[in-house]
Parts: sequence; structure tokens; C-alpha cells
Amino acid sequence: MFDARTRGGARDLAGAAADTASVGLSLFPLGLSLGVLVVHTGLEWWWATVFSAVVYAGSLEFLLLGLVAAATPLAQIAVTAFLVNFRHVFYALSFPLHKVRRGARPYAMFALTDEAYALTAGDRAASWSGARIVWMQVLLQVYWVAGATLGAVGGALLPVTLHGLEFALTALFVVLALDAWQARRELPVPLLAAASYAIAALVTPGQLLLTAMALFTGGLLLRHVMTGSVDVREADEEPSALEKAAPVPVGAER
Amino acid sequence: MPTPLYLTAAVALSAAITWGLRALPFAVLSPLRRSAALRRLSLSMPVGVMVILALYTLRGIEPTAWRSAVPAAAGLAAAVALHLRTRNAVVSVLGATALHVALATFWQA
Repeated sequence: MFDARTRGGARDLAGAAADTASVGLSLFPLGLSLGVLVVHTGLEWWWATVFSAVVYAGSLEFLLLGLVAAATPLAQIAVTAFLVNFRHVFYALSFPLHKVRRGARPYAMFALTDEAYALTAGDRAASWSGARIVWMQVLLQVYWVAGATLGAVGGALLPVTLHGLEFALTALFVVLALDAWQARRELPVPLLAAASYAIAALVTPGQLLLTAMALFTGGLLLRHVMTGSVDVREADEEPSALEKAAPVPVGAER
Repeated sequence: MPTPLYLTAAVALSAAITWGLRALPFAVLSPLRRSAALRRLSLSMPVGVMVILALYTLRGIEPTAWRSAVPAAAGLAAAVALHLRTRNAVVSVLGATALHVALATFWQA
């Protein structure tokens, strides 16, 4: 009986390794660049391990580096974390948490990243066991933390200072925006976002991100209220559109 | 240089909020499912959030300061072109970053 269980576990791990291979290919180098940035920011290399293992939310970690380097007040860091990661609220709608055994659920929720969501959102994951899902999440985190740690150690040893490495974050957001745009081509949304940013930059340059996100979210809600009352049919069709319009996060291509 | 205490607080706060956002919806799943406004928000938000974040990362760049503006513009063009062509996030991010680092490093030397 013990043997059968071990073999089952090995199969789950092997399956998870295959599932995560392509995503790992993007997580690892991104982790590397985060690690290099950590030491370039002036922090000890092991903060890269702490950031990637404990916060474990890719885009927020990059932003957080810039925020702590500028000694941003904790309240603003909290609001930024909330707004940047708010999208995760919706991953609960489709993530098969009920398959994961009770003891592992806190971790499964903690590690519900964009990539973990993308991998379990498709039909493929319907047959996966709970153990395979958790292994998949563990492996994704291993790629990320290993990349960040190696990047930080390597970055500390690098004799020359590379300028402009932080552009990896800009490029990542551009890529994610293009993928999200591809999923749902609504021109008013990016325009509303850009306008919110412009207003925030003019009115509250000290609280740029916070104001821009608030204006943008408020604008979207206003748009929902206004179009919702005009076109009821569209609102009725929304549920079916949810699955196919879900944004494809980084690394979800294969 | 940020103090270890401040850094620890920032990390703990970010982790707690992120975990809360990921875990809480499982406790209140059904009302969330019924909220048309939230569903609409979840569909439209990502592209806008990413646009705002991308703009935010470029806030230090003066359009008239060639030293930073040229590498940034080239990097942006490379990211968009590579991604439209390959649809591969690794290629797009690494390619655009490599170009930006090369331009920014040698431009300033």
C-alpha cells in the first residue's frame, strides 16, 4: 500500500514537472532579473530569496523594490499591493481548490499566482489530482525563487554595473498588456487607463499609482453602471464570456 | 538605504495582503460569482492595470533627455514588435531588456 502511494506521488510530481516546463522557462529568467535588480537596488542578495519566497507575486515584487528603495510609506505600499494584486480575487472563481486536501489548501491559495491560474484554467486540469495541482504550484515557486536567488548572487559578483536592467519590468507589463488586449479588444479600457494615469500625474504626482488605479477602477464601474442599464442583454451574456476572455498571463503560451 | 525593520514590514504587509486577496474569495465565493459588476471588472481590468503599471515604470524618463528616452523608446518598440511576432513572453521581455541595457550602458559610458 505504501509502495502504491509512493508511486502515485512520483507520478503526480512527474506530471507536474511536464505541466510547468514551459512556464518555468519564463519564470526562471524573470526571477534572475529580479535577483539582479535586488542587488542593484543596494539590498543584500538574500532579500531576493525573501521577496520571491514570501511575497511571491511577480509584478508586485518588481514594484516593491522601487517602492522600498524610495522609502515609500507602508500605507502606500499596502494600497499598491492591494490594487496590483486585486485581480487575484477572480482566480478563485475557477481554481479547483476542492480537489486539494485540506492541509495543503492554505499553501494552494498562497501560491495561486497568474501562472498557476493560467495552468489550471483550461480543460486539461480537469483530470488532475489535488497532489498534482499542489506539486505544480510548488515547482512554479521553486523556479521563481531559484531564479531570483541565483540572479542576486550572480549580480553581486558581476564586476560591471549594467544600466537599464529595470526595463525588464516595463517590458513585462507591456507584454501582459498585449496579451490582455488580445483576449478582449475594448479600446476604451486602455484609453481610460492612460487618461487616469495622465490626470494622476498632473494632480497628485506624489500618489501617482494610487490615484491612477482609483480613477481607472472608478471609471470602469461608472462605465458598467451606465452601459449595464442601457444594454441588459450584454450583461446576461457576460458569464459565458468569462472563460474565453480570461487574460493569458506571462508564460501561458505554449 | 532602507532599514531591515522597514523592509521586513514591507514584505510582511505585501505578503499578507496578497495572500488575503487570493484566499478570501474562496470564503465568499458565491456572492462574488453573482456580482455582475465584479465580473465585468475582472474582464476589463487587466489590460488597463498593465497599461498604468507600464507607464508608472517609465515615470523617471524625461522625453527630452535623449540618454534615457532613446533606450526606453527603442526598448518599448522592441517589446511590442517581438511580442506581436513571437507571442512568447520570454523572448519579448529578454530581447527588449537586452536591447535597453545595451543602449543605456553604452550610451552613458
